[in-house]
Amino acid sequence: MPDQLLYAMEVTLNGLMAGVMYALVALGFVLIYKASGIFNYAQGVLALFAALTLVGIQQGQVPFAHLINAVTGGHLTHFGWTVPSVLAIILTAAVMVVLAIVIEKLVLKHLVNQAPIILFMATIGMAYFLEGFGDVMWGADIKKLDVGLPQGISDTVEGLTDRIFGYGFFVDNLDIVATVVAILLVTALTLFSQYSKQGRALRAVADDHQAALSVGISLRFIWILVWSIAGFVALVAGIMWGSKSGVQFSLSLIALKALPVLMLGGFTSIPGAIVGGLIIGVGEKLFEFLAGPLIGGATENWFAYVLALIFLVFRPQGLFGEKIIERV
Amino acid sequence: MKTTFAALVAASITLAAPAMADLSVPNLSYRTGPYAANGIPYADGFNDYFTLLNERDGGIGGEKVQVPECETAYNTEKGVECYEATKGQAALAYNPLSTGITYQLIPKVTADHHVLYTPGYGRTSAANGKVFEWVFNYPANYWDGASVAIKYLLSQNGDDLKGKKIALVYHNSAYGKEPIRTLEELSKKHGFELNTIPVDHPGQEQKSQWLQIRRDKPDYVIMYGWGVMNQVAIQEAVNIKFPMENFIGIWWSGSENDVGPAGEGANGYKSISFHGVGNNYPVYADLQKYVFDAGKSAGSADELGTVLYSRGMYAAMIISEAIREAQGMAGHSAVTPEEVRDGFEHLNLTEARLTELGLPGFAQPIAATCADHGGPGSAIMLQWDAMAKTWGPVSDWITADKDVIDPLIAEDSAAFAAESGTAERCN
Repeated sequence: MPDQLLYAMEVTLNGLMAGVMYALVALGFVLIYKASGIFNYAQGVLALFAALTLVGIQQGQVPFAHLINAVTGGHLTHFGWTVPSVLAIILTAAVMVVLAIVIEKLVLKHLVNQAPIILFMATIGMAYFLEGFGDVMWGADIKKLDVGLPQGISDTVEGLTDRIFGYGFFVDNLDIVATVVAILLVTALTLFSQYSKQGRALRAVADDHQAALSVGISLRFIWILVWSIAGFVALVAGIMWGSKSGVQFSLSLIALKALPVLMLGGFTSIPGAIVGGLIIGVGEKLFEFLAGPLIGGATENWFAYVLALIFLVFRPQGLFGEKIIERV
Repeated sequence: MKTTFAALVAASITLAAPAMADLSVPNLSYRTGPYAANGIPYADGFNDYFTLLNERDGGIGGEKVQVPECETAYNTEKGVECYEATKGQAALAYNPLSTGITYQLIPKVTADHHVLYTPGYGRTSAANGKVFEWVFNYPANYWDGASVAIKYLLSQNGDDLKGKKIALVYHNSAYGKEPIRTLEELSKKHGFELNTIPVDHPGQEQKSQWLQIRRDKPDYVIMYGWGVMNQVAIQEAVNIKFPMENFIGIWWSGSENDVGPAGEGANGYKSISFHGVGNNYPVYADLQKYVFDAGKSAGSADELGTVLYSRGMYAAMIISEAIREAQGMAGHSAVTPEEVRDGFEHLNLTEARLTELGLPGFAQPIAATCADHGGPGSAIMLQWDAMAKTWGPVSDWITADKDVIDPLIAEDSAAFAAESGTAERCN
């Protein structure tokens, strides 16, 4: 088999894996948009905040240590204990639920019946607040995130492909884990929304707020629920991305990778987020491989948007988005 | 009401501006945004050194130094706003730690007569004082860094790089593109094959770039990165099992922040530096005594001796020495920005003086002139020990290949002079 074809196959495989990572971020946006019609600008920051909290709990960091030290003149940094990864993840998930309750009580509750643009602007405010709050709470230094996930080349895949093709493909173990986690997450979310009472209530709210309210579904509870789930999805995305780069402010910028996925897959479809992520991942990686060397490289950031726009020409609501029909 | 308002305005002016007799060196820092993790230790080192001078020596030449801080978030527009907001306070020198902000400030400081000091960053050709009267970038610039990396590799390969493949992984910005021309010239001179691989901001996803490196199998990778790009690149290099000892970062890709997230995998990674690291210099004992123990530090004590803290401290040390030089030349202590520019241009920082400052062997001596604003162009190679979590030198000071760099500087600064209508000086 020609080398270029083998390389293209390797790039495609890695594109699919990268797509899963994008989809993990896009999922959080979809969940909130589907349930409340809000484009949550703060989703990337939620991932950052969740990852910061996870590392802070895991390492026994004293929250607001800088602030406390500045006021008291002390030198507090850590409690002196560490927390096992699983327990730290559970505690962080609990913090994200508390955050969802606080967001509902302090922000969303006061904006019921406001135009979507008002809610969108409120999430912009939340994003900036949470950025600063996360910094003050846990510090702005770069933190190593280690919850025991494997990283580095998969020797199994490399060995297998070497035997078959005579060239060992590179696949990152972390990407394999991310794929498994994404499959589990989507399955769990689908089962939850199809078969649980709360899940059906969530779908009812997504279909029609007024009708859902008229049959006694609590909009406030649904908002807390959906922001909690989005917080958990943000935690998963934060763990996967933070394992690569360390936990730092830039983690909030992963939202940029989700936007073309949402445009392509549609804002209201969980399968759309996954399929959109895969198409964007493969598309941008293959384009970089084939055209990058001819036009100077670094094509991925803009090509993802070009690809999404091409799809939008044919399906303005995205591949899996609900068709908008408005009667005059 | 009017009285209250006037009182508030008066109070805010008093708080914002330094006392009239003080020297003012604004710190255009970034403690927020995507590059905060790097901006914070640099800003702390910068502030703490001036605090040390104020607390231990009563300032410079008897004049206390005020360091009004302004947050740029590494954003060029905000950086310019910070400059405009602070220049009226008789600011003596600016050090914005951003190439983007530097490019915007060059025409402004030239018109307003303020010194712009950009050690190891900014516009490389500002090393030519004949064209850039108000800008100084000693002791080394981006092109020096590229040349030092190649000279180091020459020393590792019996002075022969013919047939070797070297990849440049760079931040796809004005900063990251800086070394390309120099490396192309060096590639012609030494016969190695150069492959340039851009990474778009912010650089969190670099799978394509590292798959390419895995396919191309370069002998060495040189990186010009910043922020999250560095951490991800080092992790991806670990993932593809690229030999870390063959991976070299410029000084902006070589802090503890950059290697930390990759853990033990980053062991052996190398980085160029134009100053020493570690806290074995006598000045740190003074910083501990007069700044940290006195509760007057800008940051936490664990920053002492780290790469970026040391670099911020180095920048402050150079500015303070230039002010001292200016005071000597002017014969009075309350120097003006114009006099400080003269101080920068006549700075003669010897090893003896570095020793007096508690920094023996920390950096290379500088003997600036009207034409030479770029300094010696020397640097050392550091290597990361992941187990000890320390950087250590693995080379002596290496001086850049001036035969290659100087003509490039002359060419670029001549283009700037023609474009801006600047007449050459120092003739």
